[in-house]
Amino acid sequence: MSFLTVEGLTATYGSSQALFGVDLTMAEGEVTALMGRNGMGKTTTVKAICRMIRSEGKLTLDDVSLHDLPSYKVARRGVGLVPEGRRCFAGLTVRENLTAAARPGAWTLQTVCALFPRLGERENQRAASLSGGEQQMLAIGRALMTNPRLLILDEATEGLAPIIREEIWAAIRKLKAETGVAILLIDKSVKELSSVSDKAVIVEKGRSVWSGSIAELTPEISEKYVGV
Amino acid sequence: MRLNETYINAAVLIGLLVVPLWAVMVDEPFTITLATKAVILALAAVGLNLILGIGGMVSFGHALFFGLGGYAMGILAYHAQTFTMLDLGLFSTGGTKMMPIIWLVAIAVSAVIAFLMGQLVLRTGGVYFIMITLAFAQMFYYFSISWSQYGGEDGLSIYVRNEFPGLNTLDPIQFFGICFAILCVVLLLFSRLQTSPFGLALNATRQTAKRVETVGLNPMHLKLVAFVLSGAITGLAGAMFADLNRFVSPTMFSWHLSGELIILIIIGGVGRLMGPVIGACIFVVLEHFLGGLTTYWHIFLGLIMLAIVFFARGGVIGLLTGKEGAHV
Repeated sequence: MSFLTVEGLTATYGSSQALFGVDLTMAEGEVTALMGRNGMGKTTTVKAICRMIRSEGKLTLDDVSLHDLPSYKVARRGVGLVPEGRRCFAGLTVRENLTAAARPGAWTLQTVCALFPRLGERENQRAASLSGGEQQMLAIGRALMTNPRLLILDEATEGLAPIIREEIWAAIRKLKAETGVAILLIDKSVKELSSVSDKAVIVEKGRSVWSGSIAELTPEISEKYVGV
Repeated sequence: MRLNETYINAAVLIGLLVVPLWAVMVDEPFTITLATKAVILALAAVGLNLILGIGGMVSFGHALFFGLGGYAMGILAYHAQTFTMLDLGLFSTGGTKMMPIIWLVAIAVSAVIAFLMGQLVLRTGGVYFIMITLAFAQMFYYFSISWSQYGGEDGLSIYVRNEFPGLNTLDPIQFFGICFAILCVVLLLFSRLQTSPFGLALNATRQTAKRVETVGLNPMHLKLVAFVLSGAITGLAGAMFADLNRFVSPTMFSWHLSGELIILIIIGGVGRLMGPVIGACIFVVLEHFLGGLTTYWHIFLGLIMLAIVFFARGGVIGLLTGKEGAHV
């Protein structure tokens, strides 16, 4: 039994088709990199998994089809999304952002602030007044507060200063090493992805075109599909 | 000058309590009645503030719940005072003159109607939400006009104010005390709710409903619970308002009243704990003093609204605290 299974996933935005067949399987606790150039369908795949857009094909978590569930129930089954562009609840403080999302489990206000000490320091600051990096940490913290079994990070280090990026990658490594959470990562940095992931799936023009262990991801393959 | 919002809140509540007590001493019962009116309107607006201020749902039909509460009181008291039976199909009752029972009925009826109405209206948003809530209230308005059994367009007079165990409700200050205590309890609930996970999630839903779903919360459920609570509070206020005037009429359902509730909140400060209370006090004072000078006093209310919208988006509280948003 696999944890997350995506097979032949197709999705459309209105009349234009965005996904033509994406395959992806993940085991519990596994870190998978979802790679591809801009506009190839990475974010759309993630949105389909979270049921934020209409999709067809096989999409199961613990062998239960997610297609029958609304987006909030997918989240309750343990899928935590850190959306592209962070999208914190701008009018709420750091603490309020985290409290609003809280579900019972190991992740609490204290453990999230231990992972990101900057959030603890700015507990009573409004999300809108945080720096981009802090907002990103808050978005990750908010997803962790739901105590997910699958954490999806969509471009979590995009547009951030190198030092903040390093903090975020360090947190991701820590999550991998110390918790059993499975992580699906979308990012531009092949180097960082390779260092933390167990597996990679590459999508091109809405199809998954390559998948394998991270050891099999040769520079030639990433050059061909990702362009780096 | 920037003032702490907590101090402002405390000052408003104390002021609202001191004025009627002073009126007792100088024997000005009408001032007590005015203060009671302000308290009840504030309570109704606190109900609306829950969905408007925190949830961002602009209900232009909250008079519906105010009227439901009013008619719940009117009908129960009418039957009790005329010794006639109220036939409800499954059972019949002789009505009641007891305020606590009337309040519970007003709360229950408003909550049930809010629950049923919420299933439909909460699927819409923006201007459609405003219009559909208005439409529901108008339905009840026209129904009450044609409901001749309970006075139709002329309304229904209740000759003696209902009773509260251990108190003389005909004494203005005692009735004020009851209303003020209820307002305090509801304000306490509101402030607890505002910072509870439910209140925060509702606030987040106002900002971005899609993101709320990704953390496992159902925006529809959040909004429905808030809508039901909101309707119940405004319904309770309606029952008390009817008891204050000893009169219910279709005007309690009218869209003017829905609009006034919104205006009270905007004047005081949207989403602010004491916004509706300050708004209601200002409204009652203006209505009394300017209404004595000219019947066109609403012109001045309109000017105040304009000034608030242009220069003080956070209402009076926003102006005093120097913080425009309620959620800062």
